[in-house]
Amino acid sequence: MNIGITAIKVVIVISVTMLHVAYVVYFERKVIGHMQARLGPMRVGPHGLLQPIADGIKLFFKEDIIPSGADKPIFYIAPVIGVIAVLASLAVIPLWEGFSIADLNIGVLYILALSSVGAYSVILAGWASNSKYSFLGGLRSSAQVISYEIALGLSLVGIMMLSGSANLSDIVRAQSDYPFVLIQPLAFFVFLVSMIAETNRAPFDLPEAESELVAGYFTEYSGMRFGLFFMAEYAAMFIMSAVATVCFLGGWNGPDFWVFSYVPKIAWFLIKVYALIFFYFWIRATLPRYRYDQLMGLGWKLFIPLALVNIGVTGLVKESSNPIVIKL
Amino acid sequence: MLPELFFAYFAVTITGLSILVITRKNPVHSVLWMLVLFIHIAALYVFLNAEFLAAVQIIVYAGAILVLFLFVIMLLNLRKEEIEQKFQKQWPLGMLAGTLFILFFVIILNKFAVFPAPGEYSIQAIQGEGNIMVIGKVLYTEYLLPFEIASLVLLVAIIGAVVLAKKKISE
Repeated sequence: MNIGITAIKVVIVISVTMLHVAYVVYFERKVIGHMQARLGPMRVGPHGLLQPIADGIKLFFKEDIIPSGADKPIFYIAPVIGVIAVLASLAVIPLWEGFSIADLNIGVLYILALSSVGAYSVILAGWASNSKYSFLGGLRSSAQVISYEIALGLSLVGIMMLSGSANLSDIVRAQSDYPFVLIQPLAFFVFLVSMIAETNRAPFDLPEAESELVAGYFTEYSGMRFGLFFMAEYAAMFIMSAVATVCFLGGWNGPDFWVFSYVPKIAWFLIKVYALIFFYFWIRATLPRYRYDQLMGLGWKLFIPLALVNIGVTGLVKESSNPIVIKL
Repeated sequence: MLPELFFAYFAVTITGLSILVITRKNPVHSVLWMLVLFIHIAALYVFLNAEFLAAVQIIVYAGAILVLFLFVIMLLNLRKEEIEQKFQKQWPLGMLAGTLFILFFVIILNKFAVFPAPGEYSIQAIQGEGNIMVIGKVLYTEYLLPFEIASLVLLVAIIGAVVLAKKKISE
């Protein structure tokens, strides 16, 4: 009974997300096109609306090429690990009051754990392809993801301290008066930059720097396996935007007066998520790519100290208002 | 019945995976089987209502330590002959140590109380207050000294790594 309802929820959430992923690609091409004074996809369907479906069908029917000397089982499984890790994170995202597939008490940690598992897909793809470009891309990406994961995790610690919970639904409920971004602007900034680095997006897309590494870790992939990497990347953007929405922007909470109180909760959630996804594209169209040493220096020497300072200040402010008595 | 089935699955799989880890010829495959092993161990923690420990198991072991292993193995780029020479000589010694360990377990096995009376931290107490809260309180009050000593040891390791890395540049 319970399992049945959960299974239906899983199917709905995953299929809706996959559809979103397809149209987020379209959204990106349109947004970047207009930012560069182009039109973006126009040919397939009205205003190119059927382009994602055409792309999907094309990827499905392409030949699946495996380079000689590749480590076959690992080559096969690497993109699958990536997609599974990302889709599994969907389980704890609260879309509106009382709706998340699994209401875990350790929701924040669960997402961090899965994003660290997702890093394996990149490293393994790079290694198993038996190609120097793939390998370099894989090494770069794993170092980058591991470094920025620390800043990402630390920036969420302040949120957990304020809401007194690592449960994502509780974090949203703690923001019913005002979103945490107002009192944690520093943490929000660190999170925004780290989430771009964590998902390997421009200007931190060094793992797939076209000018140096062809396409980075998925150079040797083709057909639907390449499509899986693509899906994992865009779904990861969706997850990271959703986490930022839940932890900093108040999740499903919206203004509660006049006509706004009739807007369904899910709409507030999606508006915020799409605003963040738009931010991703905006940054990509605006900034040039970072150099690798600058990227690492930024992560270790600026964002991790900033996040630590934020934790210290949050703790001081919170405890000066209600001191805890420690019994030894 | 269901809990026993679950536990049986995990016990058998974990044993099988450990054997796979030590028998693979390619060290990268070994690391991958170890990743699967760690995820199974995390699942066992969830099974014991220790969600926090499960998440930390994945974040620290799978997310950080194993990736480092993978890094080192990939960068060393071991050749086949070297692996076979260096890593397969220790079989007899390993078998001996393993047998002794199993014997040791068989001897102490009946000294264990299988279901000891629950202490202060029963499942209900932990669920009432939250996993992270309980662990945090115990760490920062009862076990403050060991906790600080452990962090000092880690700090020493970090400084050591920095010193080692600095030396090469100045030469």
